[in-house]
Amino acid sequence: MEHGSFKDNSHATFTLGEEDHTLANAVRFVLNQDPRVTVGAYTIPHPSLESVNIRVQTTGDPAKEVFKDACQELMQMNRHVRSVFDKAVTEYKAEQERKEKKAAEELQRQRELFGSMDIESN
Amino acid sequence: MESVEEEEEEVRRIVTDEEKLEAKNFNIFDLPDVPKGLPPHLELQRTRVVCEVGAPLHATGTIYSGAYISSGVDNSVNLENFSEDFKVDVISLTETDMVFDMIGIPQGIANAFRRILLAELPSMAIEKVFVVNNTSIIQDEVLAHRLGLIPIVADPRLFEYLSENDQPNERNTIVFKLHVKCPKGDPRRKVLSSELKWLPNGSELLKESAGGSTTNPKTHTSFSRSQDSFPEFADNPIMPSFEDILIAKLGPGQEIELEAHAVKGIGKTHAKWSPVATAWYRMFPEVILLKEFEGKHAEELVKVCPRKVFDIEEMGQGRKRATVARPRDCSLCRECLREGDETIEGEANSKGKAEAKSEGKAEAKSEGKAEAKGKRDWVDQVALRRVKNHFIFTIESTGSQPPDVLFTEAVKILEDKCERVISELS
Repeated sequence: MEHGSFKDNSHATFTLGEEDHTLANAVRFVLNQDPRVTVGAYTIPHPSLESVNIRVQTTGDPAKEVFKDACQELMQMNRHVRSVFDKAVTEYKAEQERKEKKAAEELQRQRELFGSMDIESN
Repeated sequence: MESVEEEEEEVRRIVTDEEKLEAKNFNIFDLPDVPKGLPPHLELQRTRVVCEVGAPLHATGTIYSGAYISSGVDNSVNLENFSEDFKVDVISLTETDMVFDMIGIPQGIANAFRRILLAELPSMAIEKVFVVNNTSIIQDEVLAHRLGLIPIVADPRLFEYLSENDQPNERNTIVFKLHVKCPKGDPRRKVLSSELKWLPNGSELLKESAGGSTTNPKTHTSFSRSQDSFPEFADNPIMPSFEDILIAKLGPGQEIELEAHAVKGIGKTHAKWSPVATAWYRMFPEVILLKEFEGKHAEELVKVCPRKVFDIEEMGQGRKRATVARPRDCSLCRECLREGDETIEGEANSKGKAEAKSEGKAEAKSEGKAEAKGKRDWVDQVALRRVKNHFIFTIESTGSQPPDVLFTEAVKILEDKCERVISELS
């Protein structure tokens, strides 16, 4: 829901239902990084109601577009986070497997060494 | 080359086109002796939280993109910078726990991930309990509450949500049965979570049908096929994450017979549906020694830190110096900043006290005080800071899904939220 004025569409307040600090703070961060934005803020009118008001004021561009761009950018940042994270986890797992293999081989080698030594002592 | 006569006249120079272009492209920061970037104290403010003895400073980030525009520094974190700078380092990963570092991510987004992990990731938990017989001393509702909190190993992505109008079927419900008895004459026995039996064919309790019809009696669920037949559950039967959770205790002659239905939900509704035992993050600590700690002071510093952050380094000629060996372990307890009596002198105190005990306590105390030399005033010599966009995330899962899967799902959920907002606006 957008509360704005028909004449000046660069200032608007967006009300999101069923949202809380989780999304609002993240969007607020991305919004403030946009150089077209002069005011980017959010408020929660009452903690018992699940609703968030996000205020956007820009230097001329329609507030709706700027807000949408911010959400898009947040989405893309998340996708990037996911890909980097997945890569890091697969690399770590591969590294662990390699280490385990090495340790198992080392253990096997030592066992063989001790095994041969026992035969000698007998 | 100007002659003396020309200097007396008004000098009129013809500005060439080259000079005009130069003037247009002139950037003061290209001059060789103008410093680039922010002055060091502002850079500190922008990227570090300084932890003083009383309270942290500069904790709120300056996120406004034009904050430092007059110094020519762009404070924005747009997608290109972010993609270049963002890094993830996995420190440890087991089936239930995970510790990893996220570098280059803003605080608001890291917190969003943490909140989603705790409250908005779905999981399966027991919701409805049909009690047939309960003669134990644990009341029905307390028993039902305890059953709800037991973590269940079942991937919630394979199930659908059950709303009020839906019929419980094999796609949205998991049915467990608990039937335990303590025979008369036996000692008291414990009821553990291993006694919860999974019923892949659905409920076995019959519903009371009005009118006594001759058709097949209905049960409380309508399973059209056995959950056993699903490929995911054929080899991994659904069961509680831990087998040794104590549900109740039975005395001789007591019995519990009940059926429990587990459904999908999120932590926001009730904490039993939270798939993580807990998830938290902390900012990467930075410990800097502003002055050299040598000899006795170095030993004192190493002894004072409860997390063993500092270490002694030999400098040759018997001289010792303190260095920061493990800043990552620092828990910011600020012991190294705290004022206090130096303990090295304090050992002499205790000796003096022991000798003087026979003389009387009051006298010993005054002797001890006279011996105590300087107070520790290291507040200016050790700097404790936190790096603002480097987070050490820890995720502990309850067992239903491995922690890396949980984190990936949390990121997906944040993406979905953004998408929902965009589609609402369009």
